[in-house]
Amino acid sequence: MTVLHNVRPLGGEAVDVRIEDGLIAEIGGGLDDGQVIDCADAVLLPGLVDLHTHLREPGREDAETVESGTRAAAAGGFTAVHAMANTDPVADTAGVVEQVWRLGLEAGFADVRPVGAVTVGLDGKRLAELGAMADSAARVRVFSDDGHCVSDAQLMRRALEYVKAFDGVIAQHAQEPRLTEGSQMHEGQLSGQLGLAGWPAVAEEAIIARDVLLAEHVGSRLHICHVSTAGSVEILRWAKSRGIAVTAEVTPHHLLLTHDLATTYDPLYKVNPPLRSDTDVAAVRQALADGVIDIVATDHAPHAMEDKECEWAAAAFGMLGLQTALAVVNETMVRPGLLDWDAVAQRMSVVPARIGRVADHGRPLAAGEPANLTVFDPDGEWVVSAEDMVSRSRNTPYAGMVLHGRVLSTWLRGRPTVLDGAVVDYETV
Amino acid sequence: MPPDHESQESLSDSDINRAVVRIAHEILERNRGADDLVLLGIPRRGVPLAERIAAAMSKIEDRDVPAGALDVGMYRDDLQLRPTVALHPTVIPGGDITGKTVVIVDDVLFSGRTTRAAMDALADIGRPRAVQLAVLVDRGHRDLPIRADYVGKNLPTSREDDVQVTLAETDGVDAVRLVRAGGN
Amino acid sequence: MRHLLSTTDLSRADALSILDTARELAQVADRPVKKLPTLRGRTVVNLFFEDSTRTRISFEAAAKRLSADVINFSAKGSSLSKGESLKDTALTLQAMGADAVVIRHNASGAAHRLANSDWIHGAVINAGDGTHEHPTQALLDAFTMRDHLRDGQGSLDGLNVVIVGDVLHSRVARSNVWLLDTLGANVTLVAPPTLLPVGVGSWPCQVSYDLDEAIVKADVVMMLRVQMERMNAAFFPSAREYSRRYGLDVPRMSSLPEHAIVMHPGPMNRGMEIAADVADSGRSVILDQVTNGVHVRMAVLYLLLGGQES
Repeated sequence: MTVLHNVRPLGGEAVDVRIEDGLIAEIGGGLDDGQVIDCADAVLLPGLVDLHTHLREPGREDAETVESGTRAAAAGGFTAVHAMANTDPVADTAGVVEQVWRLGLEAGFADVRPVGAVTVGLDGKRLAELGAMADSAARVRVFSDDGHCVSDAQLMRRALEYVKAFDGVIAQHAQEPRLTEGSQMHEGQLSGQLGLAGWPAVAEEAIIARDVLLAEHVGSRLHICHVSTAGSVEILRWAKSRGIAVTAEVTPHHLLLTHDLATTYDPLYKVNPPLRSDTDVAAVRQALADGVIDIVATDHAPHAMEDKECEWAAAAFGMLGLQTALAVVNETMVRPGLLDWDAVAQRMSVVPARIGRVADHGRPLAAGEPANLTVFDPDGEWVVSAEDMVSRSRNTPYAGMVLHGRVLSTWLRGRPTVLDGAVVDYETV
Repeated sequence: MPPDHESQESLSDSDINRAVVRIAHEILERNRGADDLVLLGIPRRGVPLAERIAAAMSKIEDRDVPAGALDVGMYRDDLQLRPTVALHPTVIPGGDITGKTVVIVDDVLFSGRTTRAAMDALADIGRPRAVQLAVLVDRGHRDLPIRADYVGKNLPTSREDDVQVTLAETDGVDAVRLVRAGGN
Repeated sequence: MRHLLSTTDLSRADALSILDTARELAQVADRPVKKLPTLRGRTVVNLFFEDSTRTRISFEAAAKRLSADVINFSAKGSSLSKGESLKDTALTLQAMGADAVVIRHNASGAAHRLANSDWIHGAVINAGDGTHEHPTQALLDAFTMRDHLRDGQGSLDGLNVVIVGDVLHSRVARSNVWLLDTLGANVTLVAPPTLLPVGVGSWPCQVSYDLDEAIVKADVVMMLRVQMERMNAAFFPSAREYSRRYGLDVPRMSSLPEHAIVMHPGPMNRGMEIAADVADSGRSVILDQVTNGVHVRMAVLYLLLGGQES
C-alpha cells in the first residue's frame, strides 16, 4: 500500500492519493498508511499512453529492445505504448505481434500494445491478416504501415472498410511516395540552398485529403500519424467540421524544432516527416491546443550511432522521444498557456487510450480506477544529455537544451516503474 | 605619424635623398655602368626606394634603369610562427633575371633573414650573374652571415629598439626614426 | 580562415584576397622552377569519394607547387559502407597526420560533417559536396572572369553573368551565385522551371526561362552540365527539346556582345548544353578555367595552411 502525499491531480488542489492492490483506493487529505511518498506539490496525471513508438525488437536489438524501450517509456511517464510494426520480421502476423506483446509483459515496465502492419511486409500491395492479429493475445486494434505510406487508394479503401469488423483503426503515415523520392528535409528555401532533396508539404497534405474523404465514404475511423504542416491542419479542421471520424497526432519534436537545424548537416535532426518551418510549428501547436490535432504521440525512433554519425544523406530518419516528451509539451504548450494539465491528460493519456481501445489506461483519477499514474514536477529544470538517455540509443535532438519538467514517479497498476526520477529495476521472478 | 617622445630622428628627408643619390653613384661605380642591371625592391618600402635609386641612376647615366619588386613572403622562415602573410606583387622588369646583376633593395637590414629569403626567391626565378644588396639603414644584429653592399646609414641599435622608416610614397613623409626601448 | 566549406563563408575582402594571392602565385607557372617552399613538410590529403580526375589533379598540382606532400585517397562512398566511409576514413587520416583534407563527396554537407566533427584537426577544403557547394570552382570562375574582363584586378562590380542549366542539382551554380553577389556581379539564372530550386526567387540573382533574352547583355555566359538521366525523371521531355531551348549553339553565340566570354565547369556534354563549335571557339575560356584552377587552389592552400595554426 502506498500513499502519494501532496500531489495535485490534473494541476488542481494538493491531495493525498492511496494506492492499494493496483487501484486508486482513496483520494483525500491526511492519508498516511503504508509507504508514503512525498510528491511536494507535483502534478498527478493519468499514466501517459503513446500511440506511436518504435521498439525495434525483433530485428534491431542493437538500437532498442522491448525492455529498453519500455524503460525509456516509464522514464518519460508512459504506462502504455503502441509498438509500431516496422520490425524485422514485420509485425504482419499474429505470431510476431504476440511475441512483442509477451516481451512487454515480461519486462514489466509498461503495457505494450503491438500495432499490426496494414500490408504484408509493408509492401503496400496485399492486406496483412488484420483479423488474426486482432483476435490474437495481443488484441491489436491499431494498424499502420508507418515508415511507409499506404499509397494505393484502392488498398487504403479496403483496409479502412475491413477493420470496421473488429473496431480497428488504420493509422496512416501520410507521404505520397512519388513526390518524396530521395527526400532528405523539408522542401523550402533552405533545402534549395543546402542542396538536400526536398520533402514538400503537399506530399503529406494530398494523402490526408484523400484519406479523410475515403474514411467519410466508407464510414470508417481514420488516424493520421505525425501531422507536421499547416496545410494538413486545415484539411483536418475541414474534415472534422464535416463530422468525419478522423483523429490526428503530433510529435513533441514537431512542436518545438524547425528545419533551420538542418543547416548544421547533423543527422540528429533528420526525421520523417521532416522538421518544418516556423509557420508549421505555430500551426500544429495551435491545432493541438484547440483539438484539431487530438493527441501527442512520440514517434520514438532509436538508431544505432553509426546510422547517425555519418553524412546526412546516408543517415537514418528518426529521433528519440519517450523520455523527453512530457517536458517538451510542458515547454511548448503548458508554460506558454496553450494547455492546462487537464488538457494535457486528455491529449497524452485519455484520448490516445480511447483511439487505441486500451481499456485500463487513460482513466479518470478517481477511487476504484486502475493505478496507472504519472507524477510530474513541472518546474524542475534539467539539461538534456545523450548519456542520460535510458534508451539503448543516444539520438536525442535536445542534447544540450534546458527543459522544464521532470517525471518523479510512474506507476503501472500500483507498482512503481520509476521512483525519484529513476527507473526501478526488479529481480526477475 | 606622431613622434614617440622616446624617439629621435636619425635621418631627415634631405638625408634620405642624399643617401639615395650616393647609393646610385656607388652602384654605377661598382658595376661600371648599368648594363644588364635590374633593381628589385622588397615590399613594401623597398619598392619605392628601388624606384628612387633607379630614377637617380637613370638621370646620371642618361638611360633607363629598370626597377621592380620581389615579394619574399613565400620564402620566409617564420611562416609557422605568425598568421598568414599577405602577398605583395612581384614584378620582374624584362621578365627574366638570368645573366643579370640583381640589386636587392630594402629599407632596413637587421637579422638578414629577409635577404636570405630574397636570395632563395631569386634562385627559383632564374640564375643571376650577381646579386648585390642595397639598404637605407643597417642596424646591426645579424642572425645570418649576410652583409650589404650599399648602405645609406649605419645605425647602432640595441635589439629591443625599433627603427621606423617612413617614405612619402607609402606614409606621406620621408624620415627614419629610432625609438629606444625604454621604461621598466 | 580555418576551413573553406562554402562561398557564403567568404566576405568580399576574403574573396579578393584569395583572387589577388592567386594572381601572384600564377607567376610560378611561368618560371623554370615551378615551386615555392612555403608548405614544405605539410601533408595535404585528397579525400575523393566521387571520381574526379580533373579536380583531384588540380589540387595535387597546387599542393605540390607549394612543396607540400600529397596523399591521394579514393574511396567509393556507397550507401553500403556509409558509416565506415566518412568517420573511420577521417580518423585514419588524422592518425597519419594530415594538415589539410580536400574532400569531394556525393552527399551534401559531407565537408561540414568532417569540419565540425572532432575526427580530424586539420583544415577542410570542400572540393564539391553533393549538390551543395564547390567553392574553389566558383573562385576560379571569378578569377577567370576578372582576368578576361576586369584586367585581372579589383572586384566584379556590374558584371553581367548568365548561368544556364540544371541549377537544381548544381553545386557550381550555388557557389557561383553567392560569390558573384559578394563580388558585385549581376547574376541571371536561366533554366526550365523544373530545374530551378524551390525558393530560388529569394536568391541574390534574377531568374529567367528565356535564354535568348537573357544573353543579349551578358558579359559572361556560364553553361552547366545537364545529365541525360534527368530526362527519365521528367525534368525535361527530351535531349532535343532541352538543347533547342537551353543549349548554347552557334547562332546564339553570335548574338552575344562582342567581348562576352563562354565558360563551363566541365565535363561538357558536347551537343547537349553546348555546341562543339562553341566549346572550341575563341570566346570559350574553358581551358583558362582549368589553368586558373591550379593558381586559385594554391592560393586557398596557402591562406589556410601558410601561417600559424589557429
